Amino acid sequence: MKKNNENQEQKGVTGWIDTRLPIFTFMNHNLRDYPTPKNLNYFWNFGSLAGITLVIMIVTGILLAMQYTANTDLAFESVERIMRDVNNGWLLRYIHMNGASMFFIIVFIHIFRGLYYGSYKYPREILWMLGVVILLLMMATAFMGYVLPWGQMSFWGATVITNLFSAFPIVGDYIVTFLWGGFSVDNPTLSRFFVLHYLLPFAIVGVVALHLVALQQFGSNNPTGVDVKSENDTIPFHPYYTVKDYFGLGVFLIVFAGLVFFAPNFLGHPDNYIPANPLQTPAHIVPEWYFLPFYAILRAVPDKLMGVLLMFAAVLVLFFLPWLDRHKVRSANFRPFYKQFFWLFAIDCIILGWVGAMPAEGIYVLIARIATAYYFSFFLIIMPLLSKFEKVSDHLPSSISSAVLSKKFDNNTTESYVK
Amino acid sequence: MLNKLSIKIIMIFLLLGIDNSSQSASEKIELIEQNWPFNGVFGRFDKSSLQRGYLVYKEVCASCHGLKHVSYRDLTGIGLTKDEIKSIAGEYIVMDGPNDEGEMFEREAKPSDKFVNPYENDNQARLANNGAYPPDLSLMVKARAGGADYLFSLLNGYKDFPEGFEASDGMYYNEYYPGKQIAMPSPIMDDIVEYNDGTDATHVQIARDVTSFLAWTAEPELEERKSLGVKTIFFLILLTIMLLGVQRKVWKDVN
Amino acid sequence: MDKIDSKDKKIESSVDEDKRDFLFVTTAGLAIAGGGVTLWSLIDTMNPSKDVLALASTEVDLSPIEEGQSLTVMWRGKPIFIRHRTKEEIDDASDTDITNLIHKATDESRVKNPKWLVVVGVCTHLGCVPLGQKIGDSKGDFNGWFCPCHGSHYDTSGRIRKGPAPLNLEVPPYEFVSDDIIRIG
Repeated sequence: MKKNNENQEQKGVTGWIDTRLPIFTFMNHNLRDYPTPKNLNYFWNFGSLAGITLVIMIVTGILLAMQYTANTDLAFESVERIMRDVNNGWLLRYIHMNGASMFFIIVFIHIFRGLYYGSYKYPREILWMLGVVILLLMMATAFMGYVLPWGQMSFWGATVITNLFSAFPIVGDYIVTFLWGGFSVDNPTLSRFFVLHYLLPFAIVGVVALHLVALQQFGSNNPTGVDVKSENDTIPFHPYYTVKDYFGLGVFLIVFAGLVFFAPNFLGHPDNYIPANPLQTPAHIVPEWYFLPFYAILRAVPDKLMGVLLMFAAVLVLFFLPWLDRHKVRSANFRPFYKQFFWLFAIDCIILGWVGAMPAEGIYVLIARIATAYYFSFFLIIMPLLSKFEKVSDHLPSSISSAVLSKKFDNNTTESYVK
Repeated sequence: MLNKLSIKIIMIFLLLGIDNSSQSASEKIELIEQNWPFNGVFGRFDKSSLQRGYLVYKEVCASCHGLKHVSYRDLTGIGLTKDEIKSIAGEYIVMDGPNDEGEMFEREAKPSDKFVNPYENDNQARLANNGAYPPDLSLMVKARAGGADYLFSLLNGYKDFPEGFEASDGMYYNEYYPGKQIAMPSPIMDDIVEYNDGTDATHVQIARDVTSFLAWTAEPELEERKSLGVKTIFFLILLTIMLLGVQRKVWKDVN
Repeated sequence: MDKIDSKDKKIESSVDEDKRDFLFVTTAGLAIAGGGVTLWSLIDTMNPSKDVLALASTEVDLSPIEEGQSLTVMWRGKPIFIRHRTKEEIDDASDTDITNLIHKATDESRVKNPKWLVVVGVCTHLGCVPLGQKIGDSKGDFNGWFCPCHGSHYDTSGRIRKGPAPLNLEVPPYEFVSDDIIRIG
């Protein structure tokens, strides 16, 4: 038929499909020919690693869901059945359990990359905000997932966190009863958490797709923060970055395997191997490590409602980053003051995480409060101030390729740079 | 001042300082026994120790503590034969039914059954033990910080109440138990069981064997997990090195 | 530098290319093999698990079953009919002319010990459980079993004699582990 030949650039089956649904053109554009800055460092590996981890979590999750029973009488036992009787069930469970931790480690590094190199700035504001949405969905998913084995920490963690909503005036108690589907965390709660835990990851997939669409609009940022100016600045995604991503994947899998096979319970809490007992509260209720900084902020505030609001604010403040930091220069490599505050912020997050695991008494309270104060100052005070007062560096390279070239020949001189 | 290197050093020290244990600082006590044969990357269970440990569980612990996540057929994992397991299972009675007359009836346990509990339910267990519930032991090694070391220390940690310690009724002093008072009296002593492989059944030996057995009940997949782990990581290291080679080759001529 | 012999360069680059291709192919091969093994391990989780396999065999004690009596046991989720046949029932089964049977089979081929008939109690038509195990049940026109769903009649050897069912009642794999005990599956 004549029509086909006019539109076809490719031959055969792929051409026939592509004319009608341009998936091959799409994949080519985004994964093969895609012009990518040639100076990306290993911190740019974490996006693809996050995507791969998401796939791993969905595959292992679906296979686990085939064997799990979401009923308070049977849940704990069904997980033990998976561990003991299902072929390779222990492997499936440990991959899923440790995969969650790996997912958060990767996403945190991915976010810190964005913070350091100014990836949230114009024109990538929506790309960044979609990322924050993904983070929120991940946190909700992980929280509900941890409840499913119905251990002591599952139950009590769920109780503590859902109880927080009672802090809201007037409607608080109704909200909590509504969330629980009853008067305490019980079977209705477990059932709905199972359903939502299965559902949310697919919402994440959708937002990731949008995240990628937003990315390809302007392409990747790069360590200099300077825009791509010509073809000299970029290389095609394939084979250069596909190959680099594969290598990064190899390293990631080694770390992941080390955890799964040799320290599968290192990041977990022994109390979750005790079946949930509504009559006995564990001595120290601790969330999983990736929630600890937020838990610390929650407990740092003496007022219940303020604590809840501040905890949510700690994530929501990220949405406003593109407007809190308006400095013309993107990359912290060329912002010596911002850089110092950034590293302080990184250390502050670790301190928050550590203090979140400590009992809320004595000196830990003071440390939590100071660390919380710095957390919010960094975003709400330091960034806007620096936007106004930090001088634009003399060393800013004129283009990516000049930066790469000068790096090659001479690490010290800045003569090749032009303001 | 805050250069990259010093920042990384600070962060590493902070991360190392994170302590997962649930003991508060004032009660910190060193656990004993750290070189179990199943520890480490190449760890394996000592099957003869597991079998002795099973004997200890059966004759000493099983009167109060259940093992409900383990099936009798799982005992092939400690080296028992199918026939041995069949006769072990046959020593226990389970409730089954209803039969055609609508009644529940008792029958001998089969290898496919789970270990029979000493009590019919938790309330009965409490009643028989002054209100204290003897916990199921299937996962005990994973359910306590310190794992096998903690269990071993606990079994060897019974002492007389020290001077001035406020002892509660019906409790016993144990150095390793949180709060130092435990409702269970010391369950083992020299020669409380007789091993049929001739091993001297000292208190310490018994503690070691039953702890090994419980480490197995908590993680029966341990040997397979570690051996598969070695192969997987070896493969991944090889593959990653090759991937690095490929990456270098591809990037060689850029700039 | 420009004066490199172009011929040498060509040979050099083609040798390089071969080395490079070898590395690519081997690496890709290893990666795919590793991926395949991993994928299989995950899919294998859907195969019957150890607890299911443990119930794949059932032992039945035949001694309480008197002559003329039947017992139903569950095996792999299905009912198994065990009948302790009377002499009459055995003779009826073996004297039948098999040439006119809907599904031809001798009684001999369907039993290990003629006193005991062991068949899967699922009608081969559309899967109902035939009547005939309990006292008072209809046994059909051939004194075996009768399926009330669509009217299939089975004889004392469990063979289909009348009605829509196409095949005889299935004989499960079983063996006598002693005179009184059989293991099914």
